[in-house]
Amino acid sequence: MNIHEHQAKAILASYGIATPRGGVAYTPEEAVAVAHTLHTEVVVVKAQIHAGGRGKAGGVKLAKSRADVLPYASELLGKVLITHQTGSDGKQVQRLLIEEGCDIVKEYYVAVVVDRGSGRVVVMASSEGGMDIEEVAERTPERIVRETVDPVIGLMPFQARNIAFALGIPKQTVGAFVALVQKLYTVFISCDCAIAEINPLVLTGTNEWIALDAKLSFDANALVRQPEIVALRDLSEEDAREIQASAFDLSYIALDGNIGCMVNGAGLAMATMDIISHYGGRPANFLDVGGGATTQKVTEAFKIILSDASVKGIFVNIFGGIMRCDVIADGIIAAAREVGLDRPLVVRLEGTNVQQGKQLLAQSSLAIHTADSMADGAQKIVALVSCASAEGGTAQ
Amino acid sequence: MSILVDQHTRVITQGITGATGKFHTEGALAYGTKIVAGCTPGKGGTSVTFDVDGGKQIPVFDTVREAKKATDANATVIYVPPLFAADAIMEATDAGIPLIVCITEGIPVLDMVKVKRYMHGSSSRLIGPNCPGVITPGQCKIGIMPGYIHTPGHIGIVSRSGTLTYEAVHQCTTRGIGQSTAVGIGGDPVKGSEFIDILSLFNEDPQTLAVMLLGEIGGTAEEEAAEWIAAHMNKPVIGFIGGQTAPPGRRMGHAGAIVSGGKGTAAEKIQTLNRCGIRVAPTPSDLGSTLAAVLTEHGLLERCMTAVPITA
Repeated sequence: MNIHEHQAKAILASYGIATPRGGVAYTPEEAVAVAHTLHTEVVVVKAQIHAGGRGKAGGVKLAKSRADVLPYASELLGKVLITHQTGSDGKQVQRLLIEEGCDIVKEYYVAVVVDRGSGRVVVMASSEGGMDIEEVAERTPERIVRETVDPVIGLMPFQARNIAFALGIPKQTVGAFVALVQKLYTVFISCDCAIAEINPLVLTGTNEWIALDAKLSFDANALVRQPEIVALRDLSEEDAREIQASAFDLSYIALDGNIGCMVNGAGLAMATMDIISHYGGRPANFLDVGGGATTQKVTEAFKIILSDASVKGIFVNIFGGIMRCDVIADGIIAAAREVGLDRPLVVRLEGTNVQQGKQLLAQSSLAIHTADSMADGAQKIVALVSCASAEGGTAQ
Repeated sequence: MSILVDQHTRVITQGITGATGKFHTEGALAYGTKIVAGCTPGKGGTSVTFDVDGGKQIPVFDTVREAKKATDANATVIYVPPLFAADAIMEATDAGIPLIVCITEGIPVLDMVKVKRYMHGSSSRLIGPNCPGVITPGQCKIGIMPGYIHTPGHIGIVSRSGTLTYEAVHQCTTRGIGQSTAVGIGGDPVKGSEFIDILSLFNEDPQTLAVMLLGEIGGTAEEEAAEWIAAHMNKPVIGFIGGQTAPPGRRMGHAGAIVSGGKGTAAEKIQTLNRCGIRVAPTPSDLGSTLAAVLTEHGLLERCMTAVPITA
């Protein structure tokens, strides 16, 4: 789960990490009101969306005086920002963070993440602050300093000092830097973060460390024990279908193709998208109905897939292991009847009672195409969808 | 021979009185697995009766330590809810159970960081979490996989996914190619056993003649496995990587299936596998045919055909 920058900064501040003075605004008037509480002439107006790359997309404005805050705030609120992380549809700006300007001497990068290889938490830092860390990792990996943390003792001061000296930060600021990095590690552990990143972390003209931008995202598996974090969730930043799916314990991710997929199991679901693509189609989604696919879950999954207007056909790929294929076939038939299936449907069933399952589909009087293998099913749905698009093209 | 489990494996079910634990324990017993005890704190002294062989009673203990002492169990399977699973794994480790299989999905990653630290230096081996389990066909099934799709034989299977493993097993079985052991290592980023741990067991196992490795996007475990295979493996390995069409930055169901920081893409993994001499199935429908082709090239197909092919 992701949260907004202003929320992340509030959490960091509550753990004693300095952030610029500022406040959140939902209207241009609120933005002006916040600006008047600040102590600097220069004010930063920052669009709050759940995506990186806001600066490049024009979502961050530097108001040279308070008078500039109103036009900038008016311009940004309601604007659709398209960054490399938002997808082509972009995200509409609904709130702003209004902050004091900052006397930046140098920018750094510091983040805490879980490292799969060691199975431990790792602190990463770089003197290339402000840059996209992925670019730094790609171009100059030697500029990234890492310390692996023993979960029993936590991040030790010597480890933070190792980072500080490796980055070559001014000696008189090392103590404060060590304290800051330890606080960031504490935030990571206490809040069950997936990533806790300060980029840039700036050193000011008065030798203070300030988190100029911050990103916190959280381990979805741990949210159940983090009610205060869950309260920060902004549903308007999430895909409506993904929210609907999560309510039914379905794992759904919208993609930009036109073939809807319904599969049991995440690995098979990914593989199904791949095989559709292999035969020249484009998957419209990832959808895992889980191991115990019930009629109700299948129905809800159909509704979600069909609510996407760009879906021109559906491919259901179920390996019935514990769940019998005849039960799944019943579920598919009931769901197709309930939602009023108006697009081609290809079903590939395999596993327990597969013959009974196929027979039920064949006898259902619904226009369901059955497939004998994943390849067969993928080829059939790709053909049906391209056929439908061709007809649609002629009709126009 | 086989790896990890066989007809002598004696299994405890942790969480045996819960709905999931009960359901899959019954499935395991029906398959012939020696489930010798259950463990549910507070339910010690009771027993659970299963509708297998005219009614089978399994004693329940309060602690894993007691269960092990009373039954001499050498493996345990965990079906406890996510927030209690880390504790259950550590309890089994403390009791000295050599093989711990954790099926539970949704364990917070920082809990698994603690588990790994706790298990460091212990002689227990953890499979999972968030995995289908381990099966040696015809001998022992620990987990949630459908037993009947498997057939005994010589192919080792190791995978990060559940249903994709069933797909692979099914394609083998329908061709008459049996399996030595199938191991689901799980879809989480921090887990007990990695590909290399299982590959090295298959490498030492005389029954296993070839291995199928089913990977997916996220992390670098497949790349590391590929390098290890090139350096150490003395048996043919075929591979598959799921998630070639997955967008970066999105978690594809499994907590570990995410391309982040430009790392962990399917393209990168497939390239490394190919470079290390591992044939990669182009689509999930080609798992069986790719395996058969590689077995033929190594002159192993005939020995690997341990069952009659099933024609549709």
